Amino acid sequence: MIEIVNLKKGFGKQRVLNGLNLKVLNKELVAVIGQSGGGKSVLLKHLIGIIRPDEGKILIEGVDITGVGGKELDRVRERFGVVFQEGALFDSLTVYENIAFPLREKTRMEKYEIEARVIQGLEDVGLREMGDKYPAEISGGMKRRVALARALITEPAIVLFDEPTTGLDPIISSSIHKLITKTHKKYGFTGLIISHEIPEIFEVADKIAMLYNGTIIETGHPEEFRHSDNPYVRQFISGSLEGPIELL
Amino acid sequence: MTIYDMTACVRLIGAWFLGLLRELGRMFLFLLDALVTIFRPPFKFKMLMRQIRFLGSKSMVVILLTGSFTGMVLALQIYYTLRKFGSEALLGPAVALSIIRELGPVLSALMVTGRAGSALTAEIGIMKITEQIDALTSMALNPIRYLIVPNIVAALIAFPLLTAIFDLIGIYGGYFVGVKLLGMSSGTYFSQMETFLKMEDIRVGLYKSLSFGVIVSWVCCYKGYFTGYGAEGVSKATTSAVVLSSVLILIWDYFLGSVLLR
Repeated sequence: MIEIVNLKKGFGKQRVLNGLNLKVLNKELVAVIGQSGGGKSVLLKHLIGIIRPDEGKILIEGVDITGVGGKELDRVRERFGVVFQEGALFDSLTVYENIAFPLREKTRMEKYEIEARVIQGLEDVGLREMGDKYPAEISGGMKRRVALARALITEPAIVLFDEPTTGLDPIISSSIHKLITKTHKKYGFTGLIISHEIPEIFEVADKIAMLYNGTIIETGHPEEFRHSDNPYVRQFISGSLEGPIELL
Repeated sequence: MTIYDMTACVRLIGAWFLGLLRELGRMFLFLLDALVTIFRPPFKFKMLMRQIRFLGSKSMVVILLTGSFTGMVLALQIYYTLRKFGSEALLGPAVALSIIRELGPVLSALMVTGRAGSALTAEIGIMKITEQIDALTSMALNPIRYLIVPNIVAALIAFPLLTAIFDLIGIYGGYFVGVKLLGMSSGTYFSQMETFLKMEDIRVGLYKSLSFGVIVSWVCCYKGYFTGYGAEGVSKATTSAVVLSSVLILIWDYFLGSVLLR
């Protein structure tokens, strides 16, 4: 379970997170929606300890990661898989090597075991024939699928997605969303998706949380969100320029 | 100037100085982290080999070219100077001492900075802005071990070797001009060199090239690792890495030279 308590973070004079609270239950897939530049990716980087908060707690399975470092933090990180915005694949490695990388570096698995796992991972994301390609030789959508396969290869308990469909066309976006749903069912991970893909994300997530002004202003099931009375939520999901939300 | 202008001026200088101290502190901590990680397993031999190839063998052509022409120019200039004193016989040791003690380590380091150091900063910088470094961290892997340590160790191995090749080819460049073009005897060129050149001179060159290896890999990796945002950030980081490395090479060369000459 992930529990974020009163998280605060600022960069210089700009406050990005302002007392954020959020709870993600085991095996739940929660989407955090909100404006671009509203601090969603900053929130995700707090969860893997890349950014340290000014105040507040982040509890991963009961361990407050804001107070730990070094090997203890690495042990928590080993429970995570992360799909970064543009995939963050290693340019100098092939697709196969990218997916195999966490297994080669973090486990004592035999070569044949790694090969079996990677081939299964490639099949899961529909890229069985692409193992020999380099990231520069594949499309943006394929990169996200490879990133998903790499994030899932160690079968992590928690998977974080940082805007996994940004910059992709609607059909490819839809296929990535389907893939997230499929792999979530298969591997049963606890998931947090940072997204502003409305309404597609409602079909993927079990729960939606809206981030505005550095805090979560509403949490609920997708259906509750669609019929929310909150004027901020209504404006955001309708994409209207009229309403209480200030443009960033 | 009013008292308010003076306060503002002092505040600006203070802020600049504090910023400089912070940057220097971060740079030294970065180096310290890398130096400590060098001795902690697991060791990344495959990456080390890749970086030795990148910094070392791929710099060979530029080293051969600059080495040979440096030796040739040096021989030409020194020969005409020595002729004024009737001491042409000392051409061999003059060329060899200049190259081995000074020009070999410095020019090799400057050439490798231009060819490989800039590429190193750009590569690490792009990894930073495309979140590849964050991806390593998220996998509980230490980016310093994977990206920085192989470069520092590779530079420690490659720089002295490249310098040795530069020295050798430079001496033969001088030989070509002195003996083949200006008509000196080959025996004089080498025998005088044997008389004047000491092991101490070679050791000075070796110490210099080792320290330049650390400076170039450290500065170039640091600038890439803490690059700014986007393409502009990487371009600025690359420029400042080359400029800072080159300036530090020359400054350090002076201080090390003055200490080692005693």
